[in-house]
Amino acid sequence: MSVLVYTENWDGKFKKSSFELVSYASKVAEMMGTSAVAVSIGNVDEAELKQLGNYGAQKVISVNQDNLKTLDSQAYTSAIASVAEKIGAKVIVVANNNSGKSIAPRLSVKLKAALGAGVSKLPISTSPFTVYKRAFSGGAYADVVLKTDVKIITLAQNSFDLIETANNVAIEKMDVNVDAPRTQVKEVQKQSGKLLLTDAEIVVSGGRGMKSPDNWAPIVELANLLGGATACSRPVSDEGWRPHDEHTGQTGKIIAPNLYFAVGISGATQHIAGVSSSKYIVAINNDKGAPIFEVAQYGIVGDAQKVLPQLVAAVKEIKGK
Amino acid sequence: MKILVCISNVPDTTTKVKFVDGNTKLDVNGIQWVINPWDELSLTRALELKDDASTGVKSVTVAHVGLATSEPTIRKALAIGADEAIRVNADPTDAYNVAAQLAEVVKKEQFDIIMCGIESSDFNSSAVGSMLAEFLGMPSVSAVSSLKIENGAAVITREIDGGKEIVTVPAPFVSIVQKGIAKEPRIAAMRGIMMARTKVIKLYEPVAIDALTETAKFEMPVPRAACKFVDAENPKQLIELLQAETKLI
Ligand SMILES: Cc1cc2nc3c(=O)[nH]c(=O)nc-3n(C[C@H](O)[C@H](O)[C@H](O)COP(=O)(O)OP(=O)(O)OC[C@H]3O[C@@H](n4cnc5c(N)ncnc54)[C@H](O)[C@@H]3O)c2cc1C
Repeated sequence: MSVLVYTENWDGKFKKSSFELVSYASKVAEMMGTSAVAVSIGNVDEAELKQLGNYGAQKVISVNQDNLKTLDSQAYTSAIASVAEKIGAKVIVVANNNSGKSIAPRLSVKLKAALGAGVSKLPISTSPFTVYKRAFSGGAYADVVLKTDVKIITLAQNSFDLIETANNVAIEKMDVNVDAPRTQVKEVQKQSGKLLLTDAEIVVSGGRGMKSPDNWAPIVELANLLGGATACSRPVSDEGWRPHDEHTGQTGKIIAPNLYFAVGISGATQHIAGVSSSKYIVAINNDKGAPIFEVAQYGIVGDAQKVLPQLVAAVKEIKGK
Repeated sequence: MKILVCISNVPDTTTKVKFVDGNTKLDVNGIQWVINPWDELSLTRALELKDDASTGVKSVTVAHVGLATSEPTIRKALAIGADEAIRVNADPTDAYNVAAQLAEVVKKEQFDIIMCGIESSDFNSSAVGSMLAEFLGMPSVSAVSSLKIENGAAVITREIDGGKEIVTVPAPFVSIVQKGIAKEPRIAAMRGIMMARTKVIKLYEPVAIDALTETAKFEMPVPRAACKFVDAENPKQLIELLQAETKLI
């Protein structure tokens, strides 16, 4: 018995979110009186794999086979399922990101294991095994009982803190039976040098109230000064003022930063659906009655064009820049 | 080539949800039901592909697992332009059950491309599409933001965390779509609405499938602290407050 956690790497390196996932899995393991085992797919060197031990993994299984060079959800599912079966995993933890979402439901069918998707905290109880998940696009949460012997959880991003615990982790290389991949990756276009919106702890977001794409400089500047990422509401990306990958909300990205600045954003339910898990929301809007103020903890009723440069100046002053 | 679009029937996105029976069931009073937003975009893209003679797409079918009460949503899909509709007559219990029912439909009918939305706006589990693919032993591609057919083969753009990938996959496959797949959802024209009235919704009886999960109860989000307002003449005060109270700046 153990808790298996699938840790995804980017070009051989783990991101903070993988460590969050391992921290979470080792807490689940503790609740169940067992240990956490991490599985890594692809070419990751030993020093990097060992880092997973710093967050509570007691063992790391490294699978590095030709059939797993690029993500084919079917092939990855068969690989993770065989590892889970070999080690007798009772719970499998996967990230609720694009690749996690493509693998976890397939694992659920392959192993006939109940799936708790988009979970945002530790299980409420382990008997019956009950998880807490987002529902109705953030309008509610649900306590869901996972009724099967083996369970699968996908953890919402940024919903669990890192827990450092030094473990002298054992690394085992494993070969498993993998189906030949049927998807073929022809081209990869990576965004480089830009902080990923879903990883950012501070996000500065602009809406239609910014009036024109030419007014975006202070948004970008504020985000850069705070070490954060930029985002926007849907009409802004639909108009082509900002790239689509910045669109947050129900039909865009769902994010959970610590601090979210909504500038010139009305706060329509569909927008809030994507940002309601932010720890703090700051709103700047010239309409005192804008619904964004109902969900914000800090607000300024004023013209973004005037307020933003002053915020930028204040941050510069505080940071001594 | 035949396309299947799986559609989910969800409360309109502006609905403020309420629960009954000790917070175990959604209060359906006054809810306006709609096609799940991503499914609506899938359907739009499927119809665009059919409109383009070079793709070889001959028909677009929609399938839904749900009771007769969801027929207006299915009719809407027909009014928008779907050629055929199928309803599996079951009250959906969980994603696993829905995917299993849809798999039976696909086994009987055969489709080349199956499209599902990346999640449904009610349970937000992002599960049905990938589960369906696994039930069928088909490849699947997730987070699809573009689907084209070039020389009879699908060329797909999928979003990865931190970029995009262009992939190919042999049919039949399941495409799990997100934003970008189509710009605006298509709306039904009067002719479509009239035609939809006369079309037959094919009915399938469900197969027996155990639900693997059970929703014990719903909870409302924890209310947030009230907004603290800072004078627009003194924005610096906002930064000072954030620094002192959130410790994030
Ligand atoms: C099915 C569906 C899904 C959707 N999904 C999403 C989604 O994922 N994300 C999303 O964002 N939207 C989504 N929408 C759209 C959503 O309903 C709103 O239309 C959208 O969020 C509004 O964007 P906005 O707040 O930027 O613009 P607006 O509604 O135009 O609001 C602009 C705001 O800026 C303020 N303002 C104007 N001038 C200034 C100024 N000078 N200084 C300060 N403030 C100013 C105004 O008071 C107003 O509050 C969806 C809609 C539907 C139907």
